[in-house]
Amino acid sequence: MQETVEQFVFDFHKETAEIVGESKDEIKLKLGEFAGPLDLLLYLIKQEQANIFDIPIAKITDEYLRYIRLMKSLDIAMAADFLVMAATLIEIKSRMLLPRDPMAAGEEEEFEDPRKELVDQLLEYEKFKSAAQMLYERSTVEQAVFKRGQIESDENNAEINASVFDLLTVFQKIVLRHKEQVTMEIEREEISLADMIKALKKRIFDEIELNLLTFFEEMHTRRELVTAFIAVLEIVRTEHVKLVQKTTFGDIFLKKVNAPAAEPAGS
Amino acid sequence: MTEPETEQPENEVVAETEAIEQEPAERQVRSAAEVMAIAEAIIFVSDEPITSKALAEILDEHKDTIQAAVEELQKEYEERGGGLQIREIAGGWQIATRTEYHEEVRRFLKTRPSAKLSLAALETLAVIAYKQPVTVPEILEIRGVQSASAIKTLLEKRLIVTKGHKETVGRPMQYGTSKDFLIQFGLKDLSDLPSIEDFEDLAGTAL
Repeated sequence: MQETVEQFVFDFHKETAEIVGESKDEIKLKLGEFAGPLDLLLYLIKQEQANIFDIPIAKITDEYLRYIRLMKSLDIAMAADFLVMAATLIEIKSRMLLPRDPMAAGEEEEFEDPRKELVDQLLEYEKFKSAAQMLYERSTVEQAVFKRGQIESDENNAEINASVFDLLTVFQKIVLRHKEQVTMEIEREEISLADMIKALKKRIFDEIELNLLTFFEEMHTRRELVTAFIAVLEIVRTEHVKLVQKTTFGDIFLKKVNAPAAEPAGS
Repeated sequence: MTEPETEQPENEVVAETEAIEQEPAERQVRSAAEVMAIAEAIIFVSDEPITSKALAEILDEHKDTIQAAVEELQKEYEERGGGLQIREIAGGWQIATRTEYHEEVRRFLKTRPSAKLSLAALETLAVIAYKQPVTVPEILEIRGVQSASAIKTLLEKRLIVTKGHKETVGRPMQYGTSKDFLIQFGLKDLSDLPSIEDFEDLAGTAL
């Protein structure tokens, strides 16, 4: 009944990040489940039990950088967004380290906390994260509700209307189509060398100059192509026709030679 | 909102009493109980949540009569405390099993809960649901991460639909939620979603 697409399942109630293994100074984490850099940042702030309005930026930045170094398995687009956040954190960190410009003090209204913008973004993001959780819960509840299975009607079960006669008609159509296909193939493959030479000769006399490339491109099957090639060789050998290449690596043309007219065909 | 098409449009839906006077031959007077019974039967067979308006057209009754009848029916189901419920979903009515019995129902149907949306997809869906119509850059601004694959998943699952271009630089595509979204998340309509501001307090206290 329900479509099963989405390749990975997660549980909101589980920890978002999972510590896989811990060695000396490196923590191995399963990071695939973070929905984005903000998600990771929130997680780190929570881990530190820090106040969101007073983020210990130096510590969090270090933590954050440590985490993204572990993110080797993430795809490029995702990693890029995580790196943007890393840059933002480093920027905030450095801005907080710098002493304020004493000259500018008078003019600027208020010293703005470099973290403010980030905090606002985090708070906004958190709302939607909560909303996502609400949606998750709703869909879980919805999955516990079952609707009536489909009732057969003409609309959802049209084939019930088809009689044996209908089936036969369709079958006949298919057979016909099949036949057509087969005849077409035979037709194409049945071109003989003699026919090909004849056709080629006519083309050369009609067009005076024939681009070999276009001529070969007109062929549909490998067999035709081979026949055409042999025909070209044959015609160059037996008729007053020569191969001309105007420029190095240029296209090759078949040209009629205006030599003593052995052929009466009109030019 | 699409409505199940009714074959014969029937004569215009007029206020009950007037209709009787105008066309006494075609109209049979139904008791309230009868209207409820017919409505119940149709809600039962309908594949999609059926609107009061669609029911009114089929029964040739006034929409308010139907609305009252279905609400009464809903109350009856509630009072009976049976295995079924009548729910208002995506602007229509639907008969469904009660959540309490999902384990037994699932055991019978031999189904397991279907795969959930990824965290990224759910977040993206939440942003779209609350900010619609919304563009990809606007989603990026809130989530801080590219949401292209999440949007693709949501489109494939028909939970979101495109809502035309935004008349701004680059004319980005706008997205909004679909009727399927309401159905799959058991929502009457978009106003049935809790206000996004309600999450603010939650967010503040969570840390």
